[in-house]
Amino acid sequence: MTHLHLRQVSKRFGAVQAVIDATLEVQAGEFVSLLGPSGSGKTTTLMMIAGFEEPSTGSIELAGRQVHHVPPNRRDIGMVFQNYALFPHLSIAANIAFPLKVRGRSRAETEAAVQGALALVGLQEMAARRPAQLSGGQQQRVALARALVYQPKLLLLDEPLSALDKNLREQMQIELRRIHRQVGITTLYVTHDQSEAMTLSDRIVVFNRGRIEQVGAPLEVYARPASRFAASFIGDSNILDGVVGTAANQLRLPDGTLLHAARPLLPNPGGGASLLVRPEDMHLGPPPSGADALTLQVLSVLNMGPHLLLIGQHGGRELRIRAPVSATALASEGSTVTAWWLPEKAWPIPPP
Amino acid sequence: MRRGVPTWLLLLPAVAYLLLVFGVPLGNTFWMSISEPTLGLQNFASILTDPLYARVYLRTVLVAATVTLLCLGLGYPLAHYMARRSGVVAALLLGACGLCFWISYLVRTYAWTVILGNRGPVTALARWLGVEPPPVLLFTTTASLIAMTHILLPYMVLTLYVVLARIDANLIRAAHGMGASHWQSFSRVVLPLSLPAVVSGCLLVFIFCVGFYVTPTLLGSPRDMMISSLIANEIETLLDFGSASALAMVLLAAVLVLLTVYDRLVGIDRILR
Repeated sequence: MTHLHLRQVSKRFGAVQAVIDATLEVQAGEFVSLLGPSGSGKTTTLMMIAGFEEPSTGSIELAGRQVHHVPPNRRDIGMVFQNYALFPHLSIAANIAFPLKVRGRSRAETEAAVQGALALVGLQEMAARRPAQLSGGQQQRVALARALVYQPKLLLLDEPLSALDKNLREQMQIELRRIHRQVGITTLYVTHDQSEAMTLSDRIVVFNRGRIEQVGAPLEVYARPASRFAASFIGDSNILDGVVGTAANQLRLPDGTLLHAARPLLPNPGGGASLLVRPEDMHLGPPPSGADALTLQVLSVLNMGPHLLLIGQHGGRELRIRAPVSATALASEGSTVTAWWLPEKAWPIPPP
Repeated sequence: MRRGVPTWLLLLPAVAYLLLVFGVPLGNTFWMSISEPTLGLQNFASILTDPLYARVYLRTVLVAATVTLLCLGLGYPLAHYMARRSGVVAALLLGACGLCFWISYLVRTYAWTVILGNRGPVTALARWLGVEPPPVLLFTTTASLIAMTHILLPYMVLTLYVVLARIDANLIRAAHGMGASHWQSFSRVVLPLSLPAVVSGCLLVFIFCVGFYVTPTLLGSPRDMMISSLIANEIETLLDFGSASALAMVLLAAVLVLLTVYDRLVGIDRILR
C-alpha cells in the first residue's frame, strides 16, 4: 500500500532549481534512503515532506491525504535532525515527553509512553539527565525516541549519523535497523554515505542535481545502475567508454579492443557507449574462454588488509581491481598484467 | 622554570587607577556617611525612619521597574524579530540599535526637551488634532519615563538579541515538526531558553535606572524626585554631606544586592548549558 506519494514535486529557490520533478512512491513500513551528494536535492525533498519547505509545484500525499499545504505541526511526522536538536533546557524525559505535552495528552499516558520510548532505545537510567550530559550516540537515541514516542505516520532522518565516529556509526546502523523492524514505521533516511544507504535500506533513491536518477533495492542499484552518476557514486567503479561495435552489446574501445556487455548498450546518437565493471568482478591472470580482457600497466598495489586494491592503466584510463591477497605474486608496481571479467558482469550505462 | 613578568602584574596599572579614582572617593563617601556631622549611624537612622526618604526610594524603584518593563515589552519582540530574520531589515535594526550607543545620552536627553517642549512637534501635533490646551509633557514623570526608556532600550535589545540569535533554529523547527504550534514552540522552547537574557537585560536596565541622574533631573517633575536628584539636592542646596553620603551608600547597597541576585541567576544559567 502506498503510504507516501510524491507527484512531480519541484522546488525553486530564486534562480536555483533545488528539486526537479521528483516522483516517488513509498510503501507502508518501508525503509527508504535518499542518497546523493550535498546540493543534490535530497534534503530539500525531505524538508518538503516534513513541511518546512513548500513545493513550488507538485503534490505530496501522506496516508491518503494531501499534505503539501499542511503546516509541519499538523502533519504528524517524526523527524531526527542532523545535530539532534534536543532541547537543552529540558531533561531527557521532558524532551521525549515534549510532543505528547503539546498534544495535550494526559500525564499518565505521557509517562507510560516516555518509559516505553526510553526502553526502546535503552536509556531508562538517563531519564533525569540533560542532553549536554549525554554522549553523541546517546543524544542520537534520545532524538530517535522523541521522534517515535507519539507514533507518527512517518519517520524522517536527516543525516543522523554523520556527526558520530565510525565505530559508533556502525553500531547505530544496527540499532536503527532493529528499531525499524521493531516499530515498523515507514522511514525516510537522508544520507550522502552510500555504504550507509546500502546497509540500512529496503530501497535507495539516488539524487543528482535535483533529480531522482534511480530508485531501487541496494543490490539492484549497485549491480544495475541506471545512470553514469549512480554507477560512480555508489561503490567503486570502472567505466569504459567507446563506440558500439558490430553487435548491439559490443563495445569498441578507442584502441580497437572489443568488449561485450550483459545486454544491449545504450548508445547516444553518435554511437558512443559505455560499460561498467565493478573492481571485484575483474580478475588477474590468463582469461578463460568467453571472458573479455585488457592489458594493464600497474600503477600501484595497495594492501587493504583482507584484499588488494590494484590500480592500473589502460589507454590512459585508470582502472581498479580488487584482488585476493594471493595475487601479490602476479602484479607488482610497473609490471604489465592481464585483467579479465565475464561479459555478464559488464553493465551498459549511458555514455558521457 | 623561570617565567617572565608574573601575570598579576598586568592587572596592576588598571587596579591602581581604579583604586585611586574610584576606591578612594567611595571610601571617602562611606566615611562621610558615618562621620558627618558627628561619628555614628544617625544619618542611616534618619534615612530609615524619615518617610520622605522612603517615598523617594519607593518612587525610584517604581520608575526603574516601569522603565524596565517598558524596555522589555518593546525590546523583546524587536530582538526576537532581529534574531529570527536574516535580512536587510534585521541588519538595519541591529545597526540602528548599535548606533544609539554612539550618541551621548545627554544629547538625547536634550533632544527630548525639544521634542516634548512647548514648541515641539508633539505639542504641534496635539494642536493640529484640536487638543486645546495641548498636554504638558515636559517636566513630568511621563517625560522622564519616555526618555529613559529610549536611552536604555538598546541595552535591553542587544542583551536579548545576543542570546536569541544563538538559539538553534533547528530547535524551533523540531518543536514545530513534533506538533507544537508557533505559540507553543515560543512558550516552551524560545522563551525558557531566552530567560537568562531576560533576567540580565532587566537587571542591567533596572540598575542603570535607579542611579539615573541627568535625564530625570532635566525632563522629570521636580515634585517627583528620584533618589539621585535627592542626593544632589542634599549636597547642592542643603550642604548636608552626611545625609547625601548615607543615601548614596544605601543606593549602592541596594544595587549590590541586585548584582548578587544577578550572579545567582547567571549561575543557574551556567548549569543549563
